[in-house]
Amino acid sequence: MNALLKSRESILVGAILALLVLIATRFAGFVAPANLAAVFNDTSPLIILALGQMVVILTRCIDLSVAANLALTGMVCAMLNVAYPDLPIIVILMLALALGAIMGTVNGLLVWKLDIPPIVVTLGTMTIYRGIIFLISDGKWVNAHEMSPAFTAFPRAALLGLPVLSWVAIAVIIVMAVVMARTTLGRSFYAVGGNPHAAVYTGINVGKAQFRAFVISGTLAGLAGYLWVARYAVAYVDIAGGFELDVVAACVIGGISIAGGIGTVGGAVLGALFLGVIKNALPVVDISPFWQLAISGAAIIIAVVFNARADHSKGRVILKSAEHAQ
Amino acid sequence: MTMVDHIKTRVIPDRLTTPTERILKSWEALLLLVAVGIFILNSFASPYFLNAWNLSDATFNFTEKAMIAFAMALLIIAGEIDLSVASIIALASTVMGLVMQAGFGTPVIVLAGLVTGLLCGVFNGVLVTRFNLPSIVVTIGTMSLFRGISYIVLGDGAFRGYPSEFAWFGQGYAFWVISVEMVIFALLAVIYGVVLHKTNFGRAVYAVGNNATAAMFSGIRVGRVKLTLFMLTGLMSGLAAVCLTSRLGSTRPSIASGMELEVVTMVVLGGVNILGGSGTIPGVVIAAFVMGLVTFGLGLLNVPGIVMSIFIGALLIGVIALPRLFARLKGRK
Repeated sequence: MNALLKSRESILVGAILALLVLIATRFAGFVAPANLAAVFNDTSPLIILALGQMVVILTRCIDLSVAANLALTGMVCAMLNVAYPDLPIIVILMLALALGAIMGTVNGLLVWKLDIPPIVVTLGTMTIYRGIIFLISDGKWVNAHEMSPAFTAFPRAALLGLPVLSWVAIAVIIVMAVVMARTTLGRSFYAVGGNPHAAVYTGINVGKAQFRAFVISGTLAGLAGYLWVARYAVAYVDIAGGFELDVVAACVIGGISIAGGIGTVGGAVLGALFLGVIKNALPVVDISPFWQLAISGAAIIIAVVFNARADHSKGRVILKSAEHAQ
Repeated sequence: MTMVDHIKTRVIPDRLTTPTERILKSWEALLLLVAVGIFILNSFASPYFLNAWNLSDATFNFTEKAMIAFAMALLIIAGEIDLSVASIIALASTVMGLVMQAGFGTPVIVLAGLVTGLLCGVFNGVLVTRFNLPSIVVTIGTMSLFRGISYIVLGDGAFRGYPSEFAWFGQGYAFWVISVEMVIFALLAVIYGVVLHKTNFGRAVYAVGNNATAAMFSGIRVGRVKLTLFMLTGLMSGLAAVCLTSRLGSTRPSIASGMELEVVTMVVLGGVNILGGSGTIPGVVIAAFVMGLVTFGLGLLNVPGIVMSIFIGALLIGVIALPRLFARLKGRK
């Protein structure tokens, strides 16, 4: 199994490299180190969200409310900045994390305590969170000139050659890699997704693990919310609309099995980068950006077919014809 | 849905309740009460509510969604889901626009919409049944793909100029205040009700949703039942696309965006178990009226659409959460 997962990541690395070579033949400047760094920076929010989504999917759930969570947190941060321009960035960051965590908690509690299917919960909270943005903002935009310079400068500030936004993504990658591989919390996510019945017998509370996964996903969405709004220097009801699909796509492309229990931090990051390279390359190679939605849709479908072939367990089929009937 | 197989046991009562008792205690009866309550509340809240033409207008709020909801109800009862329905509408509407621009008349335009919907359903169904994939992910993928194709074709443009007789589907009236869409809705309600509750196929749908393995061993072609249901859902989305495009008179790639949520909400509100295995068509019919009345009532009170979506989202979670909450409280005593 380990070898399989490794091959999945090497396939993705190969696919991304092939893509880069293909783009380089049309436009050599794309593969310049400075531009690649810019592509990574542009993909950072997707990487942050995909890592949260990965944890949720590992526990056999799904979180469709991440984009709405991001947008609501971003709007609250922006409005707070307009009302109190002197508030230090660290306070706003803490607040974004807390707010995201609260929204994740709501999802998690509904899944854990009331046993409602995660898809229903997060479809519902997705529209509720979006609706709340409209209620608090009255449908108005918060524009760049209303935000304080410190607020918008933070994610763009250069540190050792990379913007802070990229460094945040790198930090999240490192933290998540350690948590998933080296802590009981991380291993419990794999256990719950791999075999919930067995997880119960080893003393893991399945619902609680799913709850924690939603809190992690929500917290990361909140973090991305402030960074997003500060980077683009605008906040309105529809920011990051439909972004939850890109996030799920990144995870599925990264080899995270939607049936739970299988997936790595590296896979999620590579899946996000794959989409990021495509998104940034489309205008460069003269393809209309309107192609992007269809491409990520096709990528999801191809990846999920691919995943199903990779982790198909043949041992459980007793009757030969059962294979086709199910 | 393989993603949500929580560990659960089903309690089977020793004695079945009497038919009258069952009807009175049923979800449908409760829902009907809610519908009547909202109706009365609305007529007090706004002086414009109790008007035949206004009420007829209100039905447009739900007829198109309900067409899809009937097929979706069967699909969810069978343990699958289709989140791509709104995107199928976008793609079907785009194809109709292309056919219209090629100079074809109304019959071909309508046929193109229906066939596109059916083919989208086949695509979803084949992916789910042949490759044994979870329908949630497949249809999240096709949700992007179908609408993405619309965006590729249309970009930020739109198709306009549908022939005038095409307007009949979405704007026409069969007689007095009864719209064509309302007639289609009523016919489909009867057809789906009979199919689900009175035919072998209907029983097979329940069997597949309750226990696909047992259904297979009792001789039901599980894959074929599911494929048929995906095709039906696609076809209904195509029909909804015909009605919606006809009513709006134009096609944009963002048409019907977010409608999948309202359709699923309608089905779940109608008492269909989201995990599959149970649910009725009368429940979905009443749920359609409830949602139509709520949105229409809020509209008369000048509540903006996005705020209404908060209600819809809360309704979706609430209708599933409340019974479980009560069950928990009961269990604690």
